[in-house]
Amino acid sequence: MKARISCAMLAAALLCATGCKREQRVFDPGSSQDQIANANAQNEIHAGVQWAPGPPSSPSGARYDESAYAVAEGKRLFQAFNCVGCHQYGGGGIGPALMDAQWIYGSHPAEIYADIVQGRPNGMPSFSGKIPDYQVWELVAYVRSLSGQLRADVAPARSDHMPVTKAEQARPKEHPSDETQQKRQP
Amino acid sequence: MITTKVATETQLTEEELRKALQLERIWQEPRGFVGWFKAVHHTTIGMRYVVTAFIFFLLAGLLAGAMRLQLAFPEAHFLSNDKYNQFFTMHGSTMMFLFAVPMMFEALSVYLVPLMVGTRNIAFPRLNAYSYYLYVFGGIMFYVAFLCNTGADRGWFAYVPLSGPDYGVGKRADFWAQLITFTEVSALAVAVEIIVTVFRLRAPGMSLNRIPIFVWGQVIVAFMVIFALPGVVLSSTMLLLDRTCGTQFFNPSVGGDVLLYQHLFWWFGHPEVYLIFIPGTAVVSTIVTTFSRRHIFGYLVLVLSLVSTGFIAFGLWVHHMFATGIPQIAESYFTGASMMIAIPTGVQIFCWIATMATGKVVLRTPMWWAIGFFFVFVMGGLTGMFLASVPTDLQVHDTYFVVAHFHYVLIGGAVFPLFGAIFYWFPKVTGRMLSEPLGQLSFWLFFIGFNVTFFPMHLVGLRGMPRRVYTYEPGMGWTLLNQIESSGYILLFLSVSILLWNVYRSLRRGRIAGPNPWHAGTLEWATTSPPPHYNFLHLPTVNGREALWDAAPNQPVVVGLSEDSRQILTTRSLDAEPDGREELPSPSIWPFLAALATTAAFIGSIFTPWGITIGSVPVAITMIGWFWPKKQAADRRRAREIWQND
Amino acid sequence: MMILAVPGFPGNQTSLNPVGPGASHIEFEFSLIFWITCAVYCIVLLGLVIAVARRRHSLETIPEPLATNEPTERLTRRSVTAAVAVTVVLLFIMLIGSFQTGRALGDMNQEDALPIEIYGHQWWWEVRYPNNEAYKIVETANEIHVPVGVPIRFSGTSRDVIHSFWAPNVSGKRDLLPGYKAEFVWQVDQPGRWRGQCAEYCGLQHAHMSFEIVAETKEQFAEWLSNQAKSSVQPSTPQATRGQQVFMTHACVLCHSIRGTSAGSRNGPDLTHLASRATIAAGTLPNTVGNLGGWILNAQSIKPGCRMPPNQLSGSELQDLLAYLETLK
Repeated sequence: MKARISCAMLAAALLCATGCKREQRVFDPGSSQDQIANANAQNEIHAGVQWAPGPPSSPSGARYDESAYAVAEGKRLFQAFNCVGCHQYGGGGIGPALMDAQWIYGSHPAEIYADIVQGRPNGMPSFSGKIPDYQVWELVAYVRSLSGQLRADVAPARSDHMPVTKAEQARPKEHPSDETQQKRQP
Repeated sequence: MITTKVATETQLTEEELRKALQLERIWQEPRGFVGWFKAVHHTTIGMRYVVTAFIFFLLAGLLAGAMRLQLAFPEAHFLSNDKYNQFFTMHGSTMMFLFAVPMMFEALSVYLVPLMVGTRNIAFPRLNAYSYYLYVFGGIMFYVAFLCNTGADRGWFAYVPLSGPDYGVGKRADFWAQLITFTEVSALAVAVEIIVTVFRLRAPGMSLNRIPIFVWGQVIVAFMVIFALPGVVLSSTMLLLDRTCGTQFFNPSVGGDVLLYQHLFWWFGHPEVYLIFIPGTAVVSTIVTTFSRRHIFGYLVLVLSLVSTGFIAFGLWVHHMFATGIPQIAESYFTGASMMIAIPTGVQIFCWIATMATGKVVLRTPMWWAIGFFFVFVMGGLTGMFLASVPTDLQVHDTYFVVAHFHYVLIGGAVFPLFGAIFYWFPKVTGRMLSEPLGQLSFWLFFIGFNVTFFPMHLVGLRGMPRRVYTYEPGMGWTLLNQIESSGYILLFLSVSILLWNVYRSLRRGRIAGPNPWHAGTLEWATTSPPPHYNFLHLPTVNGREALWDAAPNQPVVVGLSEDSRQILTTRSLDAEPDGREELPSPSIWPFLAALATTAAFIGSIFTPWGITIGSVPVAITMIGWFWPKKQAADRRRAREIWQND
Repeated sequence: MMILAVPGFPGNQTSLNPVGPGASHIEFEFSLIFWITCAVYCIVLLGLVIAVARRRHSLETIPEPLATNEPTERLTRRSVTAAVAVTVVLLFIMLIGSFQTGRALGDMNQEDALPIEIYGHQWWWEVRYPNNEAYKIVETANEIHVPVGVPIRFSGTSRDVIHSFWAPNVSGKRDLLPGYKAEFVWQVDQPGRWRGQCAEYCGLQHAHMSFEIVAETKEQFAEWLSNQAKSSVQPSTPQATRGQQVFMTHACVLCHSIRGTSAGSRNGPDLTHLASRATIAAGTLPNTVGNLGGWILNAQSIKPGCRMPPNQLSGSELQDLLAYLETLK
């Protein structure tokens, strides 16, 4: 009896550690940080330059990385907002590949957030005011899963579309050049 | 000469006392904390099945209470939509996979079948222990996941693509699919044990036409388990592979098929409800026989009805898919079969009523539950006619009408007989009688509460309320009916609470039952209450369909088996003539360890495909430990075989 | 919504108030089965009650089991056989009735039925009236207008998971499965608004996925259809013009299309004639300005988990937007 209870508690602890965050579903995270429509205030970031963005402007940026629902929403939005039109399913085409280790403007979540919201030279539109904040963070989490940065149990599995490459959960983890720097920052 | 009649007497001679002590020494279950995990006797494991399955029943019942509270008011906010989806899925999955089949088939057959066929233990006792541990670990896994917000939320049958890799977000559907893996292995193991026990270990004289109907029901269910479970094994494994390994079984864009999942699932899913219902009929046959004080009327047609139900049950599955657009000609076969299965069921009903009409009816609590079964199950079976006919099914499928139908057949066909079985066999299992007045009270509360809760669901379904909705709009005209249903739950809750109180109280202060308080006819009543670990002091022989009622004045018992080891008699499959001896294994820790290793492999495979590959190593090690031959047992077997070849 | 009374269930979203031949055929089969099963239930249970009442004894008076008596057994055998025979006959009656009804429903399949396409989404219904001339194609959502007395050939599939298209007043349900094309013929003979609801569990908002079949005269239908085929008019008032700007510069354009503007996304419902619809959010709310405003500001509080995000708009922006949307008749 005691062994059974302690087994159960151990399993519970393990599952809680991963399960509680992974299975979080937040439907209304509040749009308190939505950007102004058509605002276009770019920062000083340039291609190839290491930018030190500090912690993500939305502390919830970290949480999205651990919620399977948020990443799945990011995947849905990636198709719905036609990111696939330029980036395909990570392989790139008109736009750069997102599943490799090359990040022109840095691989930190806040940098990816800035790319989406501000737009970038050579064709990346600015989505400020068009995509609510929390959905941008969901897209950020999904984009990071394209190069295998997320845990396998959080990253999406195969799509119900024609498969063009491996499911995100099965992709090998790429190592962008600014990875070590990120490890030092929260 | 020692006879079966004498064997039921409580006064033992010197010789019998010595034999009893010796048998107890050989067959006893190990004591102590570690000893608990080594148990292999069927009554021990059977009791664990009963208690565990009942706990799951209570858990699922509490989930249902929360659901009814949420649905009592339109646009209520008691449960969020996400929580409600988890609750109804957990409720359905628990009831179907963790309560109904484990209780009606596994628990009842494991405990009662070896006693009813007159042997000392079930065949493959260590496999029996393993199946129980797997079952309980699977259930614990499922509920621990639920407590971590990872409860399954795609419905108890989890159709793709909703439960698939794209739309089934997170690990919830994986835990659901793996629960099936646990419970399917457990059920298949018990099925094999029951078939072997019934065909090879019956008491001499118990030819096929003298097997108690209860045992017939359980062995037919065992065969059905073997044929039906592979359907869900396939569908859940394919779902898991799609979700974790990127296979394309159910991906329409590359040639996969979402209907394939439904076919595979319902190939299992329809026989599953008969796995639940046939043991219910087996219990009703037993109770009706005992409480009508006569042999059951129409034994042969009853057995044939059970067999034909078992066959026809495999031809019905598409009636769960009538709305999917399958061609009419194909659907019409399933309409025919779905209506046809009413014939053997009807035969059973008429035979039972005939038994009562030509016997002398004794109205004690088990019989009340059996009568309640008639009222509830027949109503459910008749509403099934609306579902068997394609056009009407297209109106009531996936509405509350179907919810009402299946609760009537499942609760009527399984829970009512189960409660009857509890009152009937409690004296045998514990040695004490349950309180009759409390029993009648809980019966009436349950009967009334059940009808108040579930009858209005027919109406609200015909008024357009679909299934699996976490709420509804205020102007739909469904509010009053939902509130009636929710208040019925209170009566059900009270009834089950009174039943539990009855059990608790009777365990301490119930009237002592003798070996046969109901003066029943089957063999389990030929031994003490509760049965000793060797089941029978003298292994009985049988002279008729009701062993005790048809026993001759000098009905012989089996002599000559070794009392120094766990030796049992094997008999031939058709006429139960003795044809040899077998030795059953003693208590062992390996089934428990093997179950732990299997659990680790199964749970690991939810998170990584390597889980099975790496996990199979500990499983192999524990299996090797389990099957490693022991020298003394091998010597004894060789000695036995030499004797048998003489 | 209408109040429903027993018996006969006059009312909306019920199979027992048929307004078309489909539901009428089914109601006939339903009644046949109902009366037969009712009679069987009463007779069988009466038999049981009589048997129990007449044969009651106490356990103490009959400890030994009864012996069987051959004449009684013979009579019992005959009675049970007769009961089974009656059962078989009744089953055959229901079976034939079922096949006849199925055939009647199949006979509704006409060559010249009006085609309408239905696509199930999580959690709304995309409705498309095809036409050989492209500028006459109509795309709308959740509200399906049909002419009375004309067979309608619905065809469709699901764009994501399995949904089930069900308007019980009109006919039985049909599942929309991804990878399969469903085709079925309905007909509505009585004008009115007949509510339907998704009948296959499809996720978080399965409970709020309804639609309406609006049956009207042929003339009204033709007028409605030609209006729906038109592009949206350009806003004429300053407020509506500002509202159109709000629409174009915010998240709306990423999911919704309004023909006649550059908004062309097909993720969400087509809003070209939003103001002509009676409900929004797949039948969840009546289409009033207040409800629309609440929906736009925070759809998640009404239908949590649906695909529409909350939108942060100032008071004036919202009013402008609503003014514009009200012009989309």
